[in-house]
Amino acid sequence: MSDSEKPKLAIYWAASCGGCEIAFVNLHEKILDVDAAFDFMFCPCLLDTKKKDIEALQDGAIAVTLFNGALRTEENLEMAHLMRRKSKIMVAFGSCAKGGCIPSLANFTGSDEMLKTIYIDNPSLDNPMNIIPSGVTSFAGGEISLPGLLGRVKHLAEEVEVDYFVPGCPPESDQIWNVIEKILSGDLPPKGGTIGCGNLTVCDDCDRIKEEKRITAFRRSYEFYPDTRACLLEQGLICMGIATRSGCGAPCTRANMPCSGCYGSPDGVSDQGAKMVAALGSIMDIGDTSGLSESAIALRVEEFLQTIPDYAGLFYKYTLAGSTLGGRVGGSR
Amino acid sequence: MSEKRDFEPRIIGFLCNWCSYAGADKAGGMQRSYPANVDIIRVLCSGRVEPQFIISAFAKGADGVIILACHPGDCHYKEGNCRALQRHTMLNMMLEQLGITKERCRLDYVSAGEGEKFIRVIGEMVETVNKLGQLKINHGNGEN
Repeated sequence: MSDSEKPKLAIYWAASCGGCEIAFVNLHEKILDVDAAFDFMFCPCLLDTKKKDIEALQDGAIAVTLFNGALRTEENLEMAHLMRRKSKIMVAFGSCAKGGCIPSLANFTGSDEMLKTIYIDNPSLDNPMNIIPSGVTSFAGGEISLPGLLGRVKHLAEEVEVDYFVPGCPPESDQIWNVIEKILSGDLPPKGGTIGCGNLTVCDDCDRIKEEKRITAFRRSYEFYPDTRACLLEQGLICMGIATRSGCGAPCTRANMPCSGCYGSPDGVSDQGAKMVAALGSIMDIGDTSGLSESAIALRVEEFLQTIPDYAGLFYKYTLAGSTLGGRVGGSR
Repeated sequence: MSEKRDFEPRIIGFLCNWCSYAGADKAGGMQRSYPANVDIIRVLCSGRVEPQFIISAFAKGADGVIILACHPGDCHYKEGNCRALQRHTMLNMMLEQLGITKERCRLDYVSAGEGEKFIRVIGEMVETVNKLGQLKINHGNGEN
């Protein structure tokens, strides 16, 4: 089949790290099957087609766009709308496009404060003129411009209609292949569905032995070498598997590291952070409190919890933009 | 009744069926007045209050949330109030990072006989939230 007869496949990155493209290339020899089935025609990370080539296409000319990355800049917004217009199926590909992921951790603060931290207060920086890169800069060779920053990081569905969501940071390569197969066969769930994943939690993928969950103290990965067979959460590590969608095959817990939650919340859960609080709050064991005053009990709970410095960053690492509050509320500090 | 204010805080109260809701009933039976700013939601146990309920309340316009539980040791389900306290403490640490100060989300204990305490706690909560002002949610308000 010649390229012109094959359905067009595009991969675009907005505010992302390139990991989703690496996961895609990690299809290894199956990438030849992708090439056989699709005219893989746009991917700034891997191919040389330009934005103007996309603009020249008729609307809906691209069969599938796998859009990864969060929306951080005005350019990201423009490209999200362009790719949506030109694509029949728009897939929010990876956790950034699905829920904001790491870039949206910036939503814990305002854009101005963030720029100040990066360009002014950064101890490893020499910036005596306090220059914050923005707007148009003129120099002898002409002018260069930077796209403006949005006030807060958005996920893709906040801006354009998304047909399917593929979670993961990055999506596991075998699941990417499942997504490609589903698209090729047309065996797709109703629009707006999540594909390339399971419907349960990572605990279902994880083959560690699970017993009674009672934690007498939180522990962190650097403090000890965890038992390789027992549930990591039961050993005191904050493993996000209990509040994270299955489908990855639990590679992290197999490598003796707790799940950090990259597949986002499972079906029926809208806010991964809230679910982690619910789960951890009910398995903490602060010991016998009989005879203690109400304030003494409250203090004991506080002391127990103080061992973890950043609950919000930990629980919303992959989903802040898509969480119920979407980031810090009440304006910037 | 207290005098009319410019800003009337909207507060959601999750009250345990066995102690605090009965305490609120007691306050009503005493025919004592207290601020009407708290919309009460009866739950079977304070341990039933999912952190999601609280976050959703704030996202949908609540300026404050109050959870009233049985006193430690008095839980109808043995330890539901203990779980509520643990979740509440952890949630407040997370909410602080999200811009919601802990004064906006309070947990206290009110037993079935403590009508007076119910009135005091509600009064304090309304006063506290009134001083803090309206909680502005900037998510989804069209701001880029």
